[in-house]
Amino acid sequence: MTKMLTQFIEQENCHTLDFYLKNGGYNQAKRAILEMSADEIIEIAKQSNLRGRGGAGFPAGMKWSFIPRDIDKPKYLISNADEGEPGTFKDRVLLSKNPHQMFDGMIIAAKAIDCHLAFVYIRGEFKKEAEILENAIAEAKEKNILGKRIFGSDFDFDIVVHRGAGAYICGEETALIESIEGKRGQPRIKPPFPAIEGYLQCPTVVNNVETFAALPPIFENGAQWFVDLGVENSAGTKLFSISGHVKNPGVFEVPMGTPLHDLIYNDEFCGGMKDDIPLKSVIPGGSSSPILTAKEIDGLTMDYDAIQKAGSMLGSGAVIVMNETTDMVQVCYNLARFYAHESCGQCTPCREGTAWLIKILKRFTSGGARQEDIELLLDITDNIGGLVDFSQGSFGKTICPFGEAVSWPVRALVEKFLPEFEKRVQEK
Amino acid sequence: MSFFTEENQKRAENIFSQYPDKRSCALPLLHLAQSQEGYLSNETIEKVAEMCEIEPSEMMDTASFYTMFFRKPMGKYRIQVCQTLSCSLAGADKVVDHFAKKLKIQPGETTKDGKFSLLKVECLGSCGTGPVVQLNDDYIEGKTIEELDRTIDDL
Ligand SMILES: Cc1cc2nc3c(=O)[nH]c(=O)nc-3n(C[C@H](O)[C@H](O)[C@H](O)COP(=O)(O)O)c2cc1C
Ligand code: SF4
Ligand code: FES
Repeated sequence: MTKMLTQFIEQENCHTLDFYLKNGGYNQAKRAILEMSADEIIEIAKQSNLRGRGGAGFPAGMKWSFIPRDIDKPKYLISNADEGEPGTFKDRVLLSKNPHQMFDGMIIAAKAIDCHLAFVYIRGEFKKEAEILENAIAEAKEKNILGKRIFGSDFDFDIVVHRGAGAYICGEETALIESIEGKRGQPRIKPPFPAIEGYLQCPTVVNNVETFAALPPIFENGAQWFVDLGVENSAGTKLFSISGHVKNPGVFEVPMGTPLHDLIYNDEFCGGMKDDIPLKSVIPGGSSSPILTAKEIDGLTMDYDAIQKAGSMLGSGAVIVMNETTDMVQVCYNLARFYAHESCGQCTPCREGTAWLIKILKRFTSGGARQEDIELLLDITDNIGGLVDFSQGSFGKTICPFGEAVSWPVRALVEKFLPEFEKRVQEK
Repeated sequence: MSFFTEENQKRAENIFSQYPDKRSCALPLLHLAQSQEGYLSNETIEKVAEMCEIEPSEMMDTASFYTMFFRKPMGKYRIQVCQTLSCSLAGADKVVDHFAKKLKIQPGETTKDGKFSLLKVECLGSCGTGPVVQLNDDYIEGKTIEELDRTIDDL
């Protein structure tokens, strides 16, 4: 099975520049800098149908094409290594085992938008990974891969590693930009979009670590090769982080469209359910994606369209598997608590709504829940996130999609596991 | 005289040389200051604000937003237990209870001798190896309570 991101991660010294160069590393960055125009690069990215791996799945090539050409401001590029979405632990593998491939991709993207300074915004807790990145940058500078006049061209390009400091919301791209600017990580009202006014009011592109890392193989093998790896509307391979009640949790690189059943049960992946206790439910794309029941994942394939059709989203590719013993009321409380803690507090529906959710859910977990509390929970999710048709990508009542990120999972949990909530009412 | 040690002052200058503006150096400098001082006092924050050429109140605002910046002294060892879903499914709640009992402190508190602080934290981005505990900067992953105990007892 083709792998293009993780094929070397078991090998010794795979994170070093020597190793990367020996395996053809930076040939594509070099080609982009020395031989290709911005238009050619953007065209290949568009044809490859590479969609952002951070959660929203926006086409990368199209995002770059929004960067204005004819203005006299610097342009910035940011790799989003915040890895905050609960259940997601894939970027850490790339950062620690294959940092040069991300840089390789960042150079290609830099040429496409004429950027000379980029950041890697890495979550603050990943201190070791930040050190690996800094060492990798130093190695690359010595070889004229980063720094002044890279590859002997007249193109300067530097990358700065910027550590966050513990705030989930800083994964949202405008909060991330505020955070690099030395402010609280509070999302900005859009428009203007970062492509027009991002970091320091300059045009800025934010892409996920995995999005950048996918570029060198695409440029080496061609856009069509990447398209052919996946299924319709979902090109390429994708990293899936699988956690929860499975025998062997981990990060697996598979082609888009791989059956979820294979990922959970095949020995080359998770090897089945832990202690052979049957599966009850799965969160398919990180904690913000609506939960799916065992029945709903029957025959489900892991690609954008299939998961959306099943009523959820591919998100960051973070799969959380739960067995029959799992208390879904507790799961709901746990997630709501996470979001209440992480709300940046700017929007009243989000700040107040998440506080209410945990207050009411506490009654379900610790006693005192009333029948009308169920309706109340659903009302609150409506007030925070609204009823949004997420196939349209339309967002409602809050400044950033965090509002939906908390509403959808809570609503889905209450609706799909209603008897468990009702049981807590009757008990009292 | 700088507030930073000579070595850290060099690091600070290196940070400034990498960014297009001074304010963007706030987070890296707060990290550096905290690594030197153990936590961020008002005084420390004022010093960093001065270096970044912004108002102290603005820097306070920034520092108070992020959970990794401590506004009061912490124990020598911070035991930070992830309590988010995947870790919770892997038994993280028991780990918190265990250490609370063992150290006779509540989450958020520090032992009287200043050796340990116990903190509940949210997803640490390593959900496949739960329960995940971060001991100061180091991740300790997928360990039983007995194994965790041994690590803590050896400190
Ligand atoms: C609340 C919230 C948290 C997010 N966290 C992350 C994150 O941790 N990592 C990430 O890459 N993208 C995250 N995103 C998505 C980013 O805003 C952005 O869409 C993404 O980095 C763009 O890169 P991509 O197009 O390559 O996916 C988050 C979005 C929201 C609304
Ligand atoms: S929706 Fe929540 S997290 Fe997003 S800006 Fe509003 S308050 Fe902040
Ligand atoms: S849930 Fe604990 S590390 Fe993600």
